[in-house]
Amino acid sequence: MHARTEKELHWLVRPATIRLLWRYGFAILAVLVLLDFAISPHPYFGIDGSFGFFAWYGLATCAAMVIVAKGLGLFLKRKDTYYDE
Amino acid sequence: MTSSLLLPPGLVLVLGGLLLPTLRDAWRSAFALLLPVVVLALVWTLPDGAAFTVRFLDYTLEPVKADALSRLFATIFTIMAFAGALFALRQARVLELAAAFAYAGGAIGVAFAGDLLSLFVFWELMAICSTLVLWAAGTESSYKAAMRYLMVHLLGGVVLMTGIVIHIVETGSIVFTAMKPETVGTWMILAGFLVNAGAPPLSAWLPDAYPEASPSGMVFLSAFTTKTAVYVLLRGFPGAEILVFVGLYMVFYGIIYALLENDMRRILAYSIINQVGFMVTGIGIGTELALNGAAAHAFTHIIYKALLLMSAGSVLYQTGKRKCTDLGGLFQSMPLTAVCGIIGALSISSFPLTSGFISKSMINDAAGHEHMIWAWLLLTAASAGVFLHAGIKFPWFVFFQKDSGLRPADPPRNMRYAMVLFAFLCIGLGVYPDPLYAILPFPVDYVPYTASHVVQMLQLLLFSGLAFFLLLPAMKRTLTITLDVDWFYRKFFAWLAVDLVESALKAYAAATRQLLAMVDGILGVVRTLHGPQGPLARTSAAGGMVIWVVLFLGAYLAVYLTWQ
Repeated sequence: MHARTEKELHWLVRPATIRLLWRYGFAILAVLVLLDFAISPHPYFGIDGSFGFFAWYGLATCAAMVIVAKGLGLFLKRKDTYYDE
Repeated sequence: MTSSLLLPPGLVLVLGGLLLPTLRDAWRSAFALLLPVVVLALVWTLPDGAAFTVRFLDYTLEPVKADALSRLFATIFTIMAFAGALFALRQARVLELAAAFAYAGGAIGVAFAGDLLSLFVFWELMAICSTLVLWAAGTESSYKAAMRYLMVHLLGGVVLMTGIVIHIVETGSIVFTAMKPETVGTWMILAGFLVNAGAPPLSAWLPDAYPEASPSGMVFLSAFTTKTAVYVLLRGFPGAEILVFVGLYMVFYGIIYALLENDMRRILAYSIINQVGFMVTGIGIGTELALNGAAAHAFTHIIYKALLLMSAGSVLYQTGKRKCTDLGGLFQSMPLTAVCGIIGALSISSFPLTSGFISKSMINDAAGHEHMIWAWLLLTAASAGVFLHAGIKFPWFVFFQKDSGLRPADPPRNMRYAMVLFAFLCIGLGVYPDPLYAILPFPVDYVPYTASHVVQMLQLLLFSGLAFFLLLPAMKRTLTITLDVDWFYRKFFAWLAVDLVESALKAYAAATRQLLAMVDGILGVVRTLHGPQGPLARTSAAGGMVIWVVLFLGAYLAVYLTWQ
């Protein structure tokens, strides 16, 4: 495929748009965490009422799940023609 | 016996499905769309309690017995039959559509079965009809997958039947009501139910079989088998503690395997197990909120999972490709399919304003209310993981990521209508959950939309989205599959069988050789005695013969005389 200039790309996948999406994305994340000051949560345990809990917990557990999956993949991954042979 | 419309809704759908192949083109389409509507009306005209009873041997069967829970499941099964028929209307083979209707009818039959024997009959009907749906794809791989699928389900059926028989012998009752897994009979019933739920250790049947179905076939398959299992667990084993552990295992099994998967419909198959895991956990928690949550989640799950699979099915139908490595950038030419897929993805992730948010939250909150901190922490982590493995992964790799260069159009009209209908329901139930809450088995006192709940959920989901894009290099798709328990029956047992046969053949060959050597030996002896030079083959003169005759006669005479 020939390299396409920015104008030929769909507007959603132009590098400029993607930069903008990252910027707005981070802004939304920041606002969401700051909203913790505005809400009055009813925690069940305590830790779930702490500042930014759902933000860091979501990020950390997702990272952990990806790492576990990669680790398991080392042992259990096979070529996708494995059962055809 | 008040209403004149006491037809069993499940049976009507089964018979209607069998009628489909006899109809032609336009009539068939009209009939396929009208039938579920009629069945839905039947479902809602059934009064509470047993509609009629049938004597069988010494037992009283109650094949149609309605209450709120059975009506809820029968309703969503009927809605699913309608939308699935619309999606499959012009593309699927008649066999697939007919089998799918009988399959849906079986599911409705299970939902209304008042006794264990009726339940078992509909249960097995579903196993056979779902195999036919799978088979209707008409490919070699679908045929083989259908056989493996059938074996697992027949095994599950045998376990269930054995459990039912033991249970009936022990208690003398065939009524299907809440049980406790305390006897061999009830344990086996529970195990039989769990096979269909996709629970460990046999979870692999689901991602093995479903993705081999036709584009519309998998839409049907995703809805009925696992959700009837959820229904029977809800009615049969509410509050059984073991289900909390089974459910939590399923939740993470689904996420981890989906993260490693490359086939878009296998990703969604693993995520069925993940979602059913939430429901099973809820059933294990067993409070009214948890059971309501599990029932509501089954309802919304059928809709958004079917929507996701319609979206994936449209991509497969238009491109013939199913691997993430071959796809990408399709949003440009399939905007409607992409938007509907994204709505399904947001719903499965429980985004606020979608149907998943108003159902799954009930299960998580029930764990919180019961102060089950570990269950709550794991369910919350899994909620983030759903967005990771299905919510972003599916739309990202199919519709965005790299540009595959493919420019397929959106699918034909009927497929688009079906997607739009379910996308509308996903958002509709998310914005206005009251109609669903009104038909749940227990009275609902639950407010999903509080400021803190919305903010917390958005934090959880958007930060898991951040994790996805930060870890994108680690998520790069490869041309691989991930081994699962099915390896045992697809490879290991095969090897074992081949090895056994080989060694048996070797032993047989050795035994034959020995036998031949023995025969050779005997023949050698015979040859020496009777051969050309053998002492017994020599010719003798007539005089010699006379001497022998005289001798023998003399000996005979002597013996005769002495005997006297």
